[in-house]
Amino acid sequence: MATAATHGHGHAEAHAHPTGWRRWLLSTNHKDIGTLYLGFSIIAGLVGGFLSIMMRIELQQPGMQIFANGQSYNVFVTGHGLIMIFFMVMPAVIGGFGNWFVPLMIGAPDMAFPRMNNISFWLTVAAFILLVTSMFMDGAPGAKGVGTGWTIYPPFSSSGHPGPAVDFGIFALHIAGAASILGAINFITTILNMRAPGMTMHKMPLFAWGVLVTAFLLLLALPVLAGAITMLLTDRNFGTTFYDPAGGGDPILYQHLFWFFGHPEVYIMILPAFGIVSHIISTFSKKPIFGYLGMAYAMVAIGVVGFIVWAHHMYTAGLSLNTQRYFVFATMVIAVPTGIKIFSWIATMWGGSIRFTAPMVWAIGFIFLFTVGGVTGVVLANAGVDRSLHATYYVVAHFHYVLSLGAVFGIFAGFYYWFPKMSGYVIPDWIGILHFWVAFIGANLLFFPQHFLGLAGMPRHYADYPDAFAGWQFWSSIGSYIFAAGLLIFFYGLYVAFTKKELAGDNPWGEGATTLEWTLSSPPPFHQFETLPRIVGSDH
Amino acid sequence: MRFLMGINPAKAVAIMAASFALLAAGAVEAGTGMPSPWQMNLQGAVTPVMEYITWFHNLLNVIIFVITIFVLGLLLYVCWRFSEKANPTPSKTTHHALLEVAWTVIPVLILVVIAIPSFRLLRMQLEIPQADMTLKVTGKQWYWSYEYPQGESSLAFDSLMLDEKQRAEAIASKKIPEAEAPRLLAVDNEAVVPVGKVVRVQVTAADVIHKFTVPSFGIKIDAIPGRLNETWFKAEREGIYYGQCSFICGQNHSFMPVAVRVVSQERYDAWLAEAKKRFASASDANGKVAVSTK
Repeated sequence: MATAATHGHGHAEAHAHPTGWRRWLLSTNHKDIGTLYLGFSIIAGLVGGFLSIMMRIELQQPGMQIFANGQSYNVFVTGHGLIMIFFMVMPAVIGGFGNWFVPLMIGAPDMAFPRMNNISFWLTVAAFILLVTSMFMDGAPGAKGVGTGWTIYPPFSSSGHPGPAVDFGIFALHIAGAASILGAINFITTILNMRAPGMTMHKMPLFAWGVLVTAFLLLLALPVLAGAITMLLTDRNFGTTFYDPAGGGDPILYQHLFWFFGHPEVYIMILPAFGIVSHIISTFSKKPIFGYLGMAYAMVAIGVVGFIVWAHHMYTAGLSLNTQRYFVFATMVIAVPTGIKIFSWIATMWGGSIRFTAPMVWAIGFIFLFTVGGVTGVVLANAGVDRSLHATYYVVAHFHYVLSLGAVFGIFAGFYYWFPKMSGYVIPDWIGILHFWVAFIGANLLFFPQHFLGLAGMPRHYADYPDAFAGWQFWSSIGSYIFAAGLLIFFYGLYVAFTKKELAGDNPWGEGATTLEWTLSSPPPFHQFETLPRIVGSDH
Repeated sequence: MRFLMGINPAKAVAIMAASFALLAAGAVEAGTGMPSPWQMNLQGAVTPVMEYITWFHNLLNVIIFVITIFVLGLLLYVCWRFSEKANPTPSKTTHHALLEVAWTVIPVLILVVIAIPSFRLLRMQLEIPQADMTLKVTGKQWYWSYEYPQGESSLAFDSLMLDEKQRAEAIASKKIPEAEAPRLLAVDNEAVVPVGKVVRVQVTAADVIHKFTVPSFGIKIDAIPGRLNETWFKAEREGIYYGQCSFICGQNHSFMPVAVRVVSQERYDAWLAEAKKRFASASDANGKVAVSTK
């Protein structure tokens, strides 16, 4: 493996180190932009989390508690979904960790297009402001905000929401989408062209693989979303009837277009987390990753198949028998590469010498929770059973197990893993582990009973529900408060790190941490690898 | 083991496993026609399709339970057997061709086992048998309209949720027994169908998309403006069967239940004759039921 390059300051003009607000607002440095993304994602996560706690307070008992009506409740549901997806998970795993560690891991001095990187970040902020603004604009008659769910299906989002809130929401998605497409171009170019000499694709760290596949998914999926919501925009404002049967349009067309984007989107959120977990498992087992090529190509396979399963979100829309047969088949196929990943992680631990640090327990928790979310996905893949479970809390439980417990546990694992590298300081391990147990118990109590609610028939997007559902709803709410309390432990950890300032050293994790970022100082120099590292050794 | 941090993981795992086992066994008896408190499984089945769904879901539950326990067992085993203390020197194994083939092929075989009943169920649901009658359903913000297009005179009426005052009155006046009229489910006019008959349900919507569902029948289908979707059921037991709109549709999305009462053929005939009279005069009175598509 290579060693860190020395970093002289020979050409100061080209490598200026701006300070103050210029350093952040005008930043072209991948690490600073990564930090901005992470900070932004924490703020957006708190906003999205606040919305979800309000939802759980409403649902804690039957009857209307704090919301004026079901519409304003669903405005919170919609805001929660869109914020968590576009402004919390994606900025964290792609913008945050991707920006920070893809260049470091592949031995590149920076991203390929540093200025484009800057505009990606600030467009994301602008999109977030637009989305939050939409919550205060007129939406459906007599209510503020977009209350359509994150899918924004017409005609409820067109004729059902005459006010400008939905237009603000559409613009927010357009801008967030443009930011992500620019980011995707940046990552693809960086990974394909700027790997250090000797680092072939088959030697590239799995996190870079995850981000590469994710970038291609973004590049191919987001333009379809942009087209779909542009047509929605013109339906709303310029009298077109793409989705209006009265003018020869079709509401189902929107659903096909949306889910052509929407299904790859869920893999966009989880693939980088797969990469993060792979590194953590390998580092703390002190073993190279098991079946590296299988792991890399499983991600590619998930990405490819992810594009041809979209209509499993539409089993009740009235699709023909043969269409449903095809989507059942294709959807179940995804279980195979996912299984390869789960078993390869366990095989990596097998024979290892496992150290249970904070990132490691989060990663192990990720594997288990993702498995639970994965197997309920296999249940839902069967259109026949989905007939009973579609649009119930079973689906809510399923996608929160893979996202809230999967992607988010991956994010926390990555944060505890890389925090010493990014900041140079140490978060005491016990804090991360305590946070894990509180979050693990809270999240399971929050989402596991929702399987029962869904099986019993409780539909989604309900502000009030028949009294029979009250028992499990109550415990689900308690779980959400426990999970939220876990966040206080997380912030306490940050506080301790930045006040005690215990130094982490270049490589706090020892012999198992073999990727290039651990060869640099903590935090890394403002510009690293001015002399490119040279990668020796054979392919996997 | 450092990662335990004073919390007993065995207990946490046991709780998880217990809840899984309960889910698989459906320990709390499931309600039929409506949910019951602490219910952990599907609602009771009254149609052949729902019976098949229940059987198939139980099979899937066993499969996913075994897989999850297998993965959890492996995880706990490696955490115990290959901890730093138990195994100070890590191996360097990174490949095992046979193992990798096995964990690709075995899941494929499991999926094939799942696919066979899955496709059978799909045919059962989507190939609609010869129908004895048709029920046309129109979703509206925020109620359902039912239409009985058979015969020379078609019957049409609206079905709205009873608010708490109306529900109390209906129970007090013995129009409906309290056990059959849960909050948020009881309606003013139930759809009535005969027992043991194949009912074709045609579903559409008048404003935004709604979703028609009756869990005990195993049916769920989108009500979409400009589109006529079809499904079917054959209810084999008399009773009242509730469902709830399952497609986000605005302010009162939570308050537009589906209520289908299954009765004997004689009672159905009597109801039909009575209802035709009642709703005909209602429609004369306020024009509310002028939705008949004749």
